[in-house]
Amino acid sequence: MKVVVIGNGMVGYKFCEKLIAKSLPGLELTVFGEEMFPAYDRVHLSEYFAGKTLADLSMTEFSWYADNDVKLELGNPIVRIDRTQKKIHSFSGAETAYDYLVMATGSAPFIPAIPGIDKEGVFAYRTLEDLHLIQRHAPLSRKAIVIGGGLLGLEAAKAMLDLGITDTHVVEFAPRLMPRQLDHNASVILQQKLSALGITCHLNKNTIAVLGNESVRGIMFSDGSMLHADMLVISAGIKPRDELAKACELPVGHRGGIIVNDLMQTADPSIYAIGECALHNNMIYGLVAPGYDMADTVVAHLSGASKMFCGFDMSTKLKLIGIDVASFGDPFIGGEEAKTIVFEDSHNGIYKRINFTPDGKQLLGGILVGDASSYNMLQQVCRNQMTLPPDPMDLIIKPRQGSSMAGVDALPADALVCSCENVTKADLTDAMSAHGCETVDALKKCTKAGTGCGGCVPMVKDILLHTMKQQGRYIRNVICEHFQYSRQELFDLIRLKELKDFDAVLDTYGKGDGCEICRPVVSSLLASLWNEIVLKKENHTSQDTNDRFLANIQKGGTYSVVPRIPGGEITPDKLIVIGEVAKKYNLYTKITGGQRIDLFGAHVSDLPLMWEELIAAGFESGHAYGKALRTVKSCVGSTWCRFGLHDSVSYAIRIEERYRGLRAPHKIKSAVSGCIRECAEAQSKDFGIIATEKGWNLYVCGNGGSKPQHALLLASDLDSDTCIRYIDRFLMFYIRTADPLARTATWLNKMEGGIDYLRNVVVNDSLGICGQLEQEMQALVDSYQCEWKQVVDSPELRKRFNHFVNAPGEKDPNVQFETLRDQKKAAGW
Amino acid sequence: MNVIANSAVEWYFACHITDVPHNGGVCVKVEDTQIALFHFAHRDEWFASDNECPHRKQMAISRGMLGSHHGEPKVACPFHKKTFSLTDGRCLNSEEGLSIRTYPVKVEEGKVFINIAALNQPFTSTIQTDAYEDQTD
Ligand SMILES: Cc1cc2nc3c(=O)[nH]c(=O)nc-3n(C[C@H](O)[C@H](O)[C@H](O)COP(=O)(O)OP(=O)(O)OC[C@H]3O[C@@H](n4cnc5c(N)ncnc54)[C@H](O)[C@@H]3O)c2cc1C
Ligand code: FES
Repeated sequence: MKVVVIGNGMVGYKFCEKLIAKSLPGLELTVFGEEMFPAYDRVHLSEYFAGKTLADLSMTEFSWYADNDVKLELGNPIVRIDRTQKKIHSFSGAETAYDYLVMATGSAPFIPAIPGIDKEGVFAYRTLEDLHLIQRHAPLSRKAIVIGGGLLGLEAAKAMLDLGITDTHVVEFAPRLMPRQLDHNASVILQQKLSALGITCHLNKNTIAVLGNESVRGIMFSDGSMLHADMLVISAGIKPRDELAKACELPVGHRGGIIVNDLMQTADPSIYAIGECALHNNMIYGLVAPGYDMADTVVAHLSGASKMFCGFDMSTKLKLIGIDVASFGDPFIGGEEAKTIVFEDSHNGIYKRINFTPDGKQLLGGILVGDASSYNMLQQVCRNQMTLPPDPMDLIIKPRQGSSMAGVDALPADALVCSCENVTKADLTDAMSAHGCETVDALKKCTKAGTGCGGCVPMVKDILLHTMKQQGRYIRNVICEHFQYSRQELFDLIRLKELKDFDAVLDTYGKGDGCEICRPVVSSLLASLWNEIVLKKENHTSQDTNDRFLANIQKGGTYSVVPRIPGGEITPDKLIVIGEVAKKYNLYTKITGGQRIDLFGAHVSDLPLMWEELIAAGFESGHAYGKALRTVKSCVGSTWCRFGLHDSVSYAIRIEERYRGLRAPHKIKSAVSGCIRECAEAQSKDFGIIATEKGWNLYVCGNGGSKPQHALLLASDLDSDTCIRYIDRFLMFYIRTADPLARTATWLNKMEGGIDYLRNVVVNDSLGICGQLEQEMQALVDSYQCEWKQVVDSPELRKRFNHFVNAPGEKDPNVQFETLRDQKKAAGW
Repeated sequence: MNVIANSAVEWYFACHITDVPHNGGVCVKVEDTQIALFHFAHRDEWFASDNECPHRKQMAISRGMLGSHHGEPKVACPFHKKTFSLTDGRCLNSEEGLSIRTYPVKVEEGKVFINIAALNQPFTSTIQTDAYEDQTD
């Protein structure tokens, strides 16, 4: 049987994979692809900008095709189908005969016929090639417009932001965003959220011309107004690739798409069409899951089984980090056929709508904006026609904790969890009992669930946790194979037995020989509990390399050094010393985001020498290498600033000196602002303090970095001493209870009861532990010593700072530097 | 001079046992190459391997953390935590077929020797891409 596939996209590839799995005798499978690359994951295409490579995005290893005797011709599109002879002609001129032809040609972006649309700087957003061109153009661009405010357009707009184009606009013809998924009110809330990100939306706008000479300069709307930009991305919908079908007189829909029946057959029974090029029941499915189901249908048919494609759920979730938007079932249905409940909280930007049958028994569809945590569950309830609670409102206003866990239980065994890979709840639970899968990764490998669009992964996880619980397998966040305890449990145990070094902890509570996961966790616990020098003989090899050498390892194996500069205040004399040390040891210098100076490129054997000089000038370790307090940033405050309410610098120094060296589950950053203008950005820190007329406001659990989160107000108008007491309690509570490597923000996000609970513990002493927390913190404060001073003073410790054990002082000859803007930099990997 | 000819194999004098930290490693210079030497005190065993991590070609394995994976002794590169078996050198947490060479070690009268015969045999290790670093202060 000769099967030929036109198109090596997601669906075309999935068809091949499924067909090969059937091992049909005498099968000859040939694939023609127009793109230069083997099939890749288009759904996650935007991650190309985040550094994913073709190899990361590929649907399979390149060798898969050869290993399975699939003939793959890339960069060789089919130009003609000869139905009478059952042959196809490719661009290279060759002809290939087929018994069955599968068209998986996908779709092309719809490019509206606007004058000027062919100018330089106008891009589509569909292929790797498109993204490659966009990436090349982006550095030249300062303002970008995306035409189209649908799912894809918004994803493209976010990508523009991520590429550094801070002024990004979305233009939508319809009066609302994502018109196929959202109603008016949902769109309004989404628009607010986008604008907070820096994306401006223009609705109800009909673009009639692209401005500019050779390159795009902007666009003009039918109302005569204009919007300027130097980059334009078109995402105005898709156009099924039906040109081959049309040319060989297969019927196509009047708005495009190759017409197929429930078996995915075109009018010619030996030609099938699947994926985005197929028009089934007057529908084009622009999603990958239905495409996979279509592929399954054809594979079943070719191998003699019976399966029909009977339409597909169009539920979708927007993939924008930080913005939850989803719709499922029929989001708009109302009137006679359905009742609707709407929950709207414009203060927090949350909108939820559910539609259900007039008898209140079944869910028909809905919309979630701002909080889509219940998306997977609601979609399941809808798809499986599960019975609703007596008051359907509970579905959307129940607090999110726990509710989804109770939910998975109610799911029938045949509930389809992963629609891309057709995996049911029963498949997952079977994989757990029959194959012993105990992690999401294991389930993914075993059942393929979650390997398509990835949308079902949270539900897979819930099912996993729930089933394990049901089977009496108590799941805790155990540290690793060596310790069957959570970090918090181990903290209590170590304190109880007063264990002081890694091997003692391992031999008492663990098994095996430890590893790179548990060693640093235990080291950090020991430091938080006893505050002994981290380089103590028995422990120093269990420190992460940064802690072991008290500096940050950098490309090439040299280290960077950051002396502490409390509050960011430094005297000219000390600045000169830093400059002199940098010069003497030939270091690259850079000001950090935490108001201090980083010295890069130090050889390990130079570290004690440098520190000897720094310490002599009054510096001490900045702990930039540790999971410890980093900096307390400050604005200049009332000593100089005409707006300053209090002396923020003095307070920042007091705080930084109090908590310096404090070891924690992760690094801790802080800041103090002298007034509400918040120049120190305290609300992005693990704990931040802002001066008020009456004292200080204390904010906690903020985060910058890749997952920014605003700190939340813990208490207001505190005097300086009370504020410090609250910080003592807060930090100690975090140190005691957080998971390894959880920043305060993550810790709070996982805490049941959230900030209210935390406030109760820290401010109202609801657990009755505040006295103890303060005591423990005071003990740590009192036992602080500068680690670098200890090293510099100890010949025994200094000996460890050598690259070669048998050639002390000799530097690693492999270390190489290049020059950039008159300083050195590490040679590339 | 350091090389002791020993019928079939070559034993290289590296250092004294007291020079190597318990449950940790040091880097030994062997002419133009670098070998990582470990004293895995918790298992009462000695190991040696290439000092260069094949992932990003960093001379850092000796600064890595020791551990075990279902009983198999391993070392984690400090750069991106690729872990390598200390018995046969294969990478335990990537599918790219990375590996390092391992060398026999013996201890005699407080002195540590590494068998460097394998140094002269041809060896390639695969390289892969992608990295994550947290550099914020
Ligand atoms: C940025 C982006 C994000 C997306 N996000 C999601 C999402 O979150 N969830 C979701 O479900 N879907 C998403 N989609 C849609 C999803 O990618 C598509 O539904 C899916 O790729 C369709 O697969 P296909 O095989 O039908 O088409 P395609 O993947 O487009 O493959 C068709 C292939 O056929 C080739 N071809 C066409 N004509 C010929 C010819 N004559 N000869 C040879 N080859 C030919 C084309 O070059 C192409 O490579 C997204 C799409 C994009 C672009
Ligand atoms: S260089 Fe060793 S893990 Fe990357």
